[in-house]
Amino acid sequence: MSSPNSAYPDIPETPPTKPRRHEWPLWEIFIRGQHGMSHRHVGSLHAPDADMAIKNARDVYTRRNEGVSIWAVEARHIAATSPGDKGPFYEPSESKVYRHPTFFDIPDDVGAM
Amino acid sequence: MAADPFFEFLCRMGDNTLVLGHRVSEWCGTAPVLEEDIALANTALDLIGQTQMWLGLAGEVEGKGRSADDLAMLRDAWDFRNVLLTEQPNGDFGQTMMRQFLFDAWHVAMLDALTRSTDPRVAEIAAKAVKEASYHVERSGDTVIGLGDGTDESHRRMQAALDLLWPYVGELFVPDSVDDAMAEAGIAPDLTDLRAAYDDHLAKVMATATLTIPDSAFAHKGGKSGFRHSEHLGHMLTEMQWLQRAYPGATW
Repeated sequence: MSSPNSAYPDIPETPPTKPRRHEWPLWEIFIRGQHGMSHRHVGSLHAPDADMAIKNARDVYTRRNEGVSIWAVEARHIAATSPGDKGPFYEPSESKVYRHPTFFDIPDDVGAM
Repeated sequence: MAADPFFEFLCRMGDNTLVLGHRVSEWCGTAPVLEEDIALANTALDLIGQTQMWLGLAGEVEGKGRSADDLAMLRDAWDFRNVLLTEQPNGDFGQTMMRQFLFDAWHVAMLDALTRSTDPRVAEIAAKAVKEASYHVERSGDTVIGLGDGTDESHRRMQAALDLLWPYVGELFVPDSVDDAMAEAGIAPDLTDLRAAYDDHLAKVMATATLTIPDSAFAHKGGKSGFRHSEHLGHMLTEMQWLQRAYPGATW
């Protein structure tokens, strides 16, 4: 059925129903290493639920003793910027060098920062 | 008849992990999803690693200069001491996971008891292995639950797997003269003591998985005594031992 508002009235608005794929949801995996201060994104995997996502992450991403803590987040729960936002989102900060804290004299006693 | 019961016992522990480890490794590259493929390979490697420790100690105890590799690759089917459950074919993925869970649940209880063995070498191996087995049983149990309580098709397959493999569970718990000698020496637990907790564990998992444990106490036997392995073991060894048989002493 085409809706009167469609820009392409010949093409049905609702896409033809695809055969349902019985695929597990995608999870993004974050691991904190032995000496790491924070969890780092290491990759993604499929799993039927959160519990199995953690187990799969253990088997896929920590088999060489990489980690001491695992976070799994279902990918659809991650809000992300889109590549199209690049201009307004990031470019304005390119010309603002004064935002870098490089204009201070750091006392020698402070040491390496 | 059995020479040294301690040697026999160590071969039983090592052959269980060797044969099951090889079976599980047969999934490598062909598991239904990538994540399971890697998980199965990890399990197989854990089991093979445990085999090296058990059979290494067996060779040492035997004192004839046989290494773990010699025991693994140069014995024939009748010298193997694994329980029949471990040599059963993989079947479908569900059948493999059911076999794994039925074994893991026993294995973790057995290893836990062995950490209190009077033999410090046995206790040390068990302490290392029990951590791996604890993860194995959690994973295989979750998978049995997920597939048992899944779709009609997965439920049907898991029930069929349980019905097929159940008669192989009993052998894990029926002691013979080797087990009696080990229990007497305090090296290993009395196997019958492990049964009640195993049954509880199984009852919980199978109830959650909506699977019915067959109402039968019939138990195949002959694996751990080496008296009569199933036909499957010989075929498996043909593949597993082929390289050492065809090219004796080959290394890389």
